Amino acid sequence: MTRYFTKDHEWIDVDGDAATVGITDYAQGQLGDVVFVEVPDAGRQLSQGGDAAVVESVKAASDVYAPVSGTVTEGNAALSDTPDLVNTSPEADGWFFKLTLSNPSELDGLMDEGAYKEFVAGL
Amino acid sequence: MSMNRQGRVSRPEGETAANTETFTGNRALMLEEPLIFEIGNEHTTGVDLPYPPLDFEGKGTAREASGGGAAGVAGGLTPAAPPPPSAVPLPEQARGGFEGLLRTRPIGLPGLSEPEATRHYTRLSRQNYAIDLGLFPLGSCTMKHNPRLNEKVARLPGFADVHPLQPQETVQGAYALIYLVADWLCKLTGMPAVAMSPKAGAHGELCGLLAIRSALEARGDMRSVVLVPESAHGTNPATAAFAGYAVENIPATPEGRVDFEALKRRLGPDVAAVMITNPNTCGLFERDMKRIADAVHAAGAFVYCDGANFNAIVGRVRPGDLGVDAMHINLHKTFSTPHGGGGPGSGPVVFSAALAPFAPLPFVEKQGDHYHLVEEETAEEHHAHSFGRMVAFHGQMGMFTRAAAYMLSHGADGLRQVSEDAVLNANYILRSLDDLLDAPFGDSGPCMHEALFSDDGMAEGFTTLDIAKGLIDEGFHPMTMYFPLVVHGAMLVEPTETESKANLDQFIGALRSVAARAKNGDPSLKAAPHFAPRRRLDETLAARKPVLVWKDPEVAQAAE
Repeated sequence: MTRYFTKDHEWIDVDGDAATVGITDYAQGQLGDVVFVEVPDAGRQLSQGGDAAVVESVKAASDVYAPVSGTVTEGNAALSDTPDLVNTSPEADGWFFKLTLSNPSELDGLMDEGAYKEFVAGL
Repeated sequence: MSMNRQGRVSRPEGETAANTETFTGNRALMLEEPLIFEIGNEHTTGVDLPYPPLDFEGKGTAREASGGGAAGVAGGLTPAAPPPPSAVPLPEQARGGFEGLLRTRPIGLPGLSEPEATRHYTRLSRQNYAIDLGLFPLGSCTMKHNPRLNEKVARLPGFADVHPLQPQETVQGAYALIYLVADWLCKLTGMPAVAMSPKAGAHGELCGLLAIRSALEARGDMRSVVLVPESAHGTNPATAAFAGYAVENIPATPEGRVDFEALKRRLGPDVAAVMITNPNTCGLFERDMKRIADAVHAAGAFVYCDGANFNAIVGRVRPGDLGVDAMHINLHKTFSTPHGGGGPGSGPVVFSAALAPFAPLPFVEKQGDHYHLVEEETAEEHHAHSFGRMVAFHGQMGMFTRAAAYMLSHGADGLRQVSEDAVLNANYILRSLDDLLDAPFGDSGPCMHEALFSDDGMAEGFTTLDIAKGLIDEGFHPMTMYFPLVVHGAMLVEPTETESKANLDQFIGALRSVAARAKNGDPSLKAAPHFAPRRRLDETLAARKPVLVWKDPEVAQAAE
């Protein structure tokens, strides 16, 4: 399993053509206390860079973008009752949705952990 | 001479005791007020109503049926002698013509006498802050004084008492006033047409986009994308989505304006419109507006301008000259009507010649000295392409009268001075604070009507929220915070033309003091506000577990 990052602060774990997406620890820190999360339903088609989910904190509502194109297989139902999982466990239990990749070559444009750390350090 | 030598102490003695608890919980003029459900009861009423009809009363059970002995509570009955409590249901034969209509249990509304109700709401109002109490620096909201002259005009019986379905001959004066306001809006914006009916800014945005959509449909050119720069108002993307378009962002330049090259690259046959807020939410004038409009028009698309910030340029800039096709005007921002308008507000939309044929119905037309409404029945002759109606009637008359009073009392030169003073005041604030607070676009030239700061340079753990709470202790409503999103910990301050230099100096002094505490890490600021009716609230808990309905504590406890 390999983890990639986007410059919009999403992470994606890829295992074959199955993947899990969430937002990074840096992103949750910037957002502050998360109070609402809307995740996509299974079956929804996502295209890379398009709107996929919504995360709302006490400060602002933000869109979460699809790091790659694909079909959603599951949204994290736990987030509707416990949105704070995004704050407490952003890169594990606070995942947003799982999807099946439709174009794995899109992964080539994403960052690995080292590159993302460098990217965040420059912000 | 006999004389009381004891006298009366006329100077304070002893220690001041800020933390003394009071028996009532009140603190002098700051009165602690419970919820109305907690002070009301079912035995009190402010209105006396007669008994129910005699034949019904004569059966002797009606009052008992009205609620287990809680006599006349919500029904407003105040019998001379309250009937005995009784939960006995009304006998079938006694119900007469009221079969199935009688209440069987109390209605559950709190009852208060008139003085109790008056005091309750007056006490609550004293815990609030208002433009009539002091400077209200909410950026992007334009909290300016509502002149009392406007109120006097709006209350004239010929304006206040008209009904939208009155025969047109009987409301010629009201139509003349709508026509007058429309004419001023067209002249001030340099646009040929205006829709007066939209009820608010965002409603106006929708009106503009629906006209754009109709114009594109009329030429058989369905397009799917609306471009919205990062520096636009937050309602813009929502409006575009509601009108059925996909929304795409256009980045801002480092100086806080629309990135013209990025916008130009994105233009194409799928772009229906560009929505630009000018002046933008960074408080800057979009200098490239004409260039942008020309490029957008060359690509076959339309320019929507969010005119919420028109108050910064009224009398100096005509958006029509910049190539704008549609723009809403918030009457409360530029023309001093109350926010929300007492429900609803008013957001007229001006249109270019290209969009005018698609403007909504109805509108007032003048022929000779006579005014009439153009509605569906009469539109076919010369307004057949209208996209339809935004609202049932012709708009918010109460806002039109106030805006007209403002326009006529200021005149063209007065309106020009309004925008000049608003901009001057904002720049005074920007330059009086930019040595202490970070002004991210301070080098982009003068600001327009609002000054923007970031939270850069605060002590570790201190944020914009702390500054906002500190300002409450200083007796000011906080500024707009965390908006626009392009600035970290944004603080957006809009003083408006209402404030005098003395008022601005006091506010600047307060903000400097609070900002200095945030920079020095003063722990007492983390606990602010100290002097408000309520201390700092847990906003996270309020958002995650909101309590939206009052529940009787006994009932709530029993349910657990």
